[in-house]
Amino acid sequence: MALSSEIIKQKLLDKFGEEITGWEEPYGMITFSSNKDLNLKVLQFLYDDPELQFRFLTDLCAVHYPEKKGEEIAVVYHLHNLVDNIRIRFKINTDINQPDVFSATALYAAANWMERETFDFYGVNFIGHPNLKRILNVDDMEYFPMRKEFPLEDQTRLDKDDEMFGRN
Amino acid sequence: MPRPVQYNITEKPIETPIGTVEGPPGFTGEGFFASKLSDVVGLARKNSIWPLPFATSCCGIEFMALMGSHYDLARFGSERVSFSPRQCDLLMVMGTIAKKMAPIVKQVYLQMAEPRWVLAMGACASSGGIFDTYSVLQGIDQIIPVDVYVPGCPPRPEAVLDGFMKVQDLVGKENLRRRNSDKYQELMKSYGIQ
Repeated sequence: MALSSEIIKQKLLDKFGEEITGWEEPYGMITFSSNKDLNLKVLQFLYDDPELQFRFLTDLCAVHYPEKKGEEIAVVYHLHNLVDNIRIRFKINTDINQPDVFSATALYAAANWMERETFDFYGVNFIGHPNLKRILNVDDMEYFPMRKEFPLEDQTRLDKDDEMFGRN
Repeated sequence: MPRPVQYNITEKPIETPIGTVEGPPGFTGEGFFASKLSDVVGLARKNSIWPLPFATSCCGIEFMALMGSHYDLARFGSERVSFSPRQCDLLMVMGTIAKKMAPIVKQVYLQMAEPRWVLAMGACASSGGIFDTYSVLQGIDQIIPVDVYVPGCPPRPEAVLDGFMKVQDLVGKENLRRRNSDKYQELMKSYGIQ
């Protein structure tokens, strides 16, 4: 029998119960979230279960929601079941002042660079990552540029006259 | 209805079958010619500039057109595009230089032997262009001194030829003592190059 979204949902509810929240299905893609301390347990379950077998990590990224106090940073895992060709999305939220999240590198080798990228742009501190340092930006960058408190424009340039851009 | 294409509408009679360079002004007598050394050196240098292309994006594609038979940079004495910085005279930086690429541009510049010149092609190399963002260097003149800027996004090959002729002009007229002058040393020091 092919894997359906009902089975996935039922299996997760049987295992974790109320710990899994935020059920959604935008464009037919199952989306759910959990407490950030549970992320490895949920991922391990999705990986190990003989029926679910979500063994491919398509993407790992973060989102910054400045208005959600206490859980500003969302870390999103996109998982793929290659046997039944089903994708799911799993989210966790963390406080921006203490963005510690357990690293998924032990489970998915692909998480290594993706977590470095997420650290590079959002400053998520992946606990247990073997080599958590910047991957795309210059090493001496002192901030996390994709966080929304930083303007997109380069702040180091001196030749820009605000008046010319209709500001102030 | 597209505009009809017109070319070669002004007749230019060919004076000599081979293009030649005018000699420097000097004093000629029977069996000798006297001129300034700097003029002769300048003449030799400006017609044998070896460019080092540093192409990182779309301006590099335009540069390939420039090197092709239609525009043909070789006509200006730059037949040989060298990829070894130690043999080159002109660093042509073409394209967006990310901040992570900046130390590499600088290292290539440092590996070139004096006298050396730099041409910044396109809006990105000159000023960062449309990439006013945290990851892009806002003009290569923040890390190395630039002699000629070619505007455009990307510039047409003719514009680059024009910029190249400006470089030739600078090379031909350069004082032989310029690279030892205090002013030049100061400029180098302002970029952290001793």
